[in-house]
Amino acid sequence: MNKRDNERIVITGVGLTAPNGDTLDEFRRSLLEGKSGVCAVERPYIGKVLAGVCDFDPCKYQSRKAIRIGTRAGSIAIYCANEVLHSANLELGKDAPLERTGVFLGITEHGNVETEKEIDEIRRYNDDTSYWSHYHNPRTVANSPAGEVTVNLGITGPHFTIGGACAAGNLGLVTGVQQLLLGEVDLALAGGVSESPSSYGIFAAFNSQTALAKNDEPEKASRPFDRDRNGIVVSEGGAVFALERLDHALARNAAIYGEITGYHYNSDASDMVLPNSERQAECMAAAIRRAGLEPKDISIVNTHATGTKMGDIKECEALRKVFGDACPNTYFNNTKSFIGHCMGAAAALELAGNLPAFEDKIVHPTINVDNLDPACELPNLVCNTPRVVDRVDHILNNSFGMMGINCVVVVSRFRRNG
Amino acid sequence: MTREEIGQAIIKIVSEVNPDEDWTALTPEESLRGKLESMDFLDVIMELRKQYGVEVPEKDYGQLATLKSSIDYLEPKLADK
Repeated sequence: MNKRDNERIVITGVGLTAPNGDTLDEFRRSLLEGKSGVCAVERPYIGKVLAGVCDFDPCKYQSRKAIRIGTRAGSIAIYCANEVLHSANLELGKDAPLERTGVFLGITEHGNVETEKEIDEIRRYNDDTSYWSHYHNPRTVANSPAGEVTVNLGITGPHFTIGGACAAGNLGLVTGVQQLLLGEVDLALAGGVSESPSSYGIFAAFNSQTALAKNDEPEKASRPFDRDRNGIVVSEGGAVFALERLDHALARNAAIYGEITGYHYNSDASDMVLPNSERQAECMAAAIRRAGLEPKDISIVNTHATGTKMGDIKECEALRKVFGDACPNTYFNNTKSFIGHCMGAAAALELAGNLPAFEDKIVHPTINVDNLDPACELPNLVCNTPRVVDRVDHILNNSFGMMGINCVVVVSRFRRNG
Repeated sequence: MTREEIGQAIIKIVSEVNPDEDWTALTPEESLRGKLESMDFLDVIMELRKQYGVEVPEKDYGQLATLKSSIDYLEPKLADK
């Protein structure tokens, strides 16, 4: 399969904020050093909960007024978008026209945080809705986080968010790829963001579902594949990639982090919450086929596993269907064990954290596996300590979300001749 | 509230609404609207309601043009606050 350069989409920059790092270098170092980003926080009504919270400085790229009238998701997106431009050595208006730049961000949900705040506010005034902020509408329109980026950077090309539950980060990336292949833009700032821990409702809902992680030691709370896992750690964060057609990237002599060679998305069509391992396996297999690969070619599978009892088992079933025992050079890991579940940002952040493996050939581990659940056993599951491998050529990134949305992306080491 | 207290309250509110501006050198006759966009001004009206229980009807918005005119307008409304 020989694609022309204008049919190949490459990653030329990464901007991120994670609960354990505000740059790719810092994030990667935390993943290799076993540093968790989970901590205890207080939230209204529900009290103390465990969460992954970022500590980037929003004032780095925003005025204080812009922070006041915007949203947390917007601040995260703006931070990531500005960082990715630095990372990619991109000057908007020079390397890419403002009207040929697009912003495509995955979100799990948006508006819960803002709505809860307004309800709390009017409660102080006898539920008088005349105290409801006029900013509620711009804050809660679904395109808000991507729109805040365009306002901040003066980008006049398209922007929108992609609602894809916990598969949204990959869907944002895929949308960027498609917009480039359609010729709609020359530069796509694509990925995902999450402000979920600022909402008390999401904690309460997972708690009611008996799917909220609890642990006396916060850094131990997110423990996919471990026998004693007890649920999800809700986290915030963001990752935005600079995506370009290869000819565009080469023309400006850009550094290339990897090439998006395959993806697929499908729907379980079976349950609002429970995952479906058949559809997950089909999604992975189709993404690998689109990349022109076989399962044994995949070097790292970054799993979606969130630390719920059934979700982790279902994904392992799907992984066994696709990879079986015949892929001795395929290693499995999990990033949520460090940072919790960054929701709309999860897939994008988790992919970002693995991209440096093309260079350093280290598979970051899944931590907190004190007693591996026999139902989650996988060959080459990298537990607790990093694994140095001979080569990393292809990374498969899983993401699955509520309502049965699945999205899998394959990123390959960049080779000039494909 | 005294006129001085009202003036301080207004400065505090506009500083919260637009924290990027330097409000320390605001003169009594200077236009507040020069440093407040229309949406900011609505927030000032909202904060007066929330923090001091003062209702400013839309027809009176023009009374809040400067610090001095705002104090003049608000003084009777805040006399017993």
